[in-house]
Amino acid sequence: MEALSPTMEEGQVVKWLKSEGDDVTSGEIIAEIETDKATMELVARGDGVLRAILVGEGGTASVGEVIALIGAADEDISELKAASLLASEGNGAGEGRGGVALPDAEPAAPTDAPAGVAPASGSASAIDGRIKASPLARRLATESGVELSAVSGSGPAGRIVKRDIEAAIATGPTVPVAAAGTPVPVGGGTAAPISAAPVAAPVLVPSGAEFEDVPLSQMRKTIARRLTESIGPVPHFFLTIEVDMGRAMEARRTINAMLEPEGRKISLNDLIIRATAAALKRHPACNAHWLGDSIRRFNRVHIGVAVAVKDGLITPIIRDADLKGVAHIGAEVRELAGRAREKKLQPDEYTGATFSISNLGMFGIHEFTAVINPPEAGILAVGGVEEIPVVEAGQVVVRNRMKITMSCDHRVIDGALGAAFLATLKGMLEEPAAILV
Amino acid sequence: MAELTYRDALNQALAEELERDGSVFLLGEEVAEYDGAYKVSKGLLDRFGDKRVKDTPISELSFAGLGIGAAMVGLRPIVEFMTFNFSILALDSVINSASKMLSMSGGQIGIPIVFRGPSGAALQLGAQHSQACETWYLHAPGIKVVTPSTPADAKGLLKAAIRDNDPVAFMEGELLYNLKGEVPDDDDFVIPLGLADLKREGGDVSIITHGTMAHVALRAAGQLAKEGIEADVLDLRSLRPLDVDAILATVAKTNRAIYVEEGWPYLGVGAQIVSIIMEEAFDDLDAPVLRVTQADVPMPYNKKLEAWAKPGAARVVEACKKVLYV
Repeated sequence: MEALSPTMEEGQVVKWLKSEGDDVTSGEIIAEIETDKATMELVARGDGVLRAILVGEGGTASVGEVIALIGAADEDISELKAASLLASEGNGAGEGRGGVALPDAEPAAPTDAPAGVAPASGSASAIDGRIKASPLARRLATESGVELSAVSGSGPAGRIVKRDIEAAIATGPTVPVAAAGTPVPVGGGTAAPISAAPVAAPVLVPSGAEFEDVPLSQMRKTIARRLTESIGPVPHFFLTIEVDMGRAMEARRTINAMLEPEGRKISLNDLIIRATAAALKRHPACNAHWLGDSIRRFNRVHIGVAVAVKDGLITPIIRDADLKGVAHIGAEVRELAGRAREKKLQPDEYTGATFSISNLGMFGIHEFTAVINPPEAGILAVGGVEEIPVVEAGQVVVRNRMKITMSCDHRVIDGALGAAFLATLKGMLEEPAAILV
Repeated sequence: MAELTYRDALNQALAEELERDGSVFLLGEEVAEYDGAYKVSKGLLDRFGDKRVKDTPISELSFAGLGIGAAMVGLRPIVEFMTFNFSILALDSVINSASKMLSMSGGQIGIPIVFRGPSGAALQLGAQHSQACETWYLHAPGIKVVTPSTPADAKGLLKAAIRDNDPVAFMEGELLYNLKGEVPDDDDFVIPLGLADLKREGGDVSIITHGTMAHVALRAAGQLAKEGIEADVLDLRSLRPLDVDAILATVAKTNRAIYVEEGWPYLGVGAQIVSIIMEEAFDDLDAPVLRVTQADVPMPYNKKLEAWAKPGAARVVEACKKVLYV
């Protein structure tokens, strides 16, 4: 390894431009080396044949270490090779060294744990992670949200062609474009089980492919675009409060007892939605959209409730949440969430929220921050209810506490306004009777 | 509309242009006294005299050079090659003088010359007399290349070529001279260079072609239609300048294309077209673009071998089905 810059101490072989057995001439570029500063070209210092590559692509070597042998075609290099191997083992610096051209210096990334998606059965088109598809098929798949990895190719050698994409569109449901996407999924509270498996263990792929590139579905692209639009230009600030949920939990018990004869049920999150709606009516400045040249304050309250769906999330809307009873809200949330997971929501069911709520409590999250769905001015991130010790009147007691973090668009909501809203919300959750006032 | 043979359409074009512009004249082997080896110049000596229609010795390099010289001093010569096979001898003048003079003179010396004659195979003329010569003329920038496939195209394009101030290689089809077709009656029927013609419309596959092979393409399209496959047949007509928009439009419509040419595959006309399609219509392609060409061999003399070496409708049909994945 040569010192390719004055400060270089070690280099990593990015690429060998010659293979063992190739002729090399003095001055010819034979490899690309990544140094502390940049990727540099390594030049052969003599004529001959590249007899052995001792440090393969990805391998690292200190300056002065032997990384390859150039000699006459018939020279005996066995002693030199052995000596080099010993030297490198002795050094112990860097991984993946030794022997003949070995790729991959990384400490064994498991080759059978890819970045996530198991190919659908019958899909013969993935080879070493590469999917064969005609340019047109790729374009159509991207445009329609069809995942190439799930399509079986009918062309030569399993090539996916136009008719395969057309068939996939005809048979499978397409991914709806999410108009608003909060970054964290929620299944409506403790009463609604999350049907899509959250945080899945990596799926093992029998073919041994190291990774699979998953083309972006329309939903994924939209989430990415919307969140970047949000975090980028929207000046967020965050307010956290801790709410005592004792009385709210009692209210839930009471209400559920009342609903039991009808076979209905509510969750804490339904109560939180109702309370939030009531609080927004008291602080209409928070129930607003940033329109660029004006702020739109809404007289009605439509709450977007974040729901996890396969490969993403979507925010179905509970309209006029301040005018609906909790049981009604609960039923709506569950119905919308169910259809959201089946990708059967209509656009008007997920566009037009005035404010959003995201709840990660059932995932064990105590506290988090959510990204605002523009043009909304705020979003609540609701954590789980924890039993924690608190001090009351000089005594340590156990209480059920929950944290809510509000993200505010500073162009619409200032600190004091946000704080006032949260204080009202806290008051309503800590004494649900306040919602009736 | 009149129904004319390809030969007569060319004859009319020559006569009209000789009449219209006194600086136009025709030279070549047998064009005058013999009325033309293929009778394309029939009657022209009688009508226009021996200053306008001139017989030359069997010496392509010299009379091509003579024509180029005449063009340099302001005349508008039409140089007939008995077939373009013989013009290979004249390529030094054509490439090094005709194609480059305008650039090398800084725009001062234009060469308004037309080289015309039949190109491509006929029947059992052997390897040296069956060559499709487009590529020799297309490779060097500075020459236009035109390949009409019908009588109407022949007339309209020849008139345009004669009026063009750049050197034009006008390649006719030896097997087409007797082909009859409708030709507009216009006094002055001119087809601009650089425009392709959709000879047949269909949405399933694009067959792109030029010259004599347009007829092979149409035959293949007819066979495909019997199987329910409808093909677009795009006759390029002009190879330089090229109607790229027409090519891209048909590919966008059908998502799959075949190029049919009577020349060899290696660096043939189709290779250039495929490159353009790949670069500019990549995302419209559902399949690779395939070419159907003469086999990569000198043209056999033997009747059956010759038929086998030439691109025929059956091979075009096969290629279309391949890109349709059927």
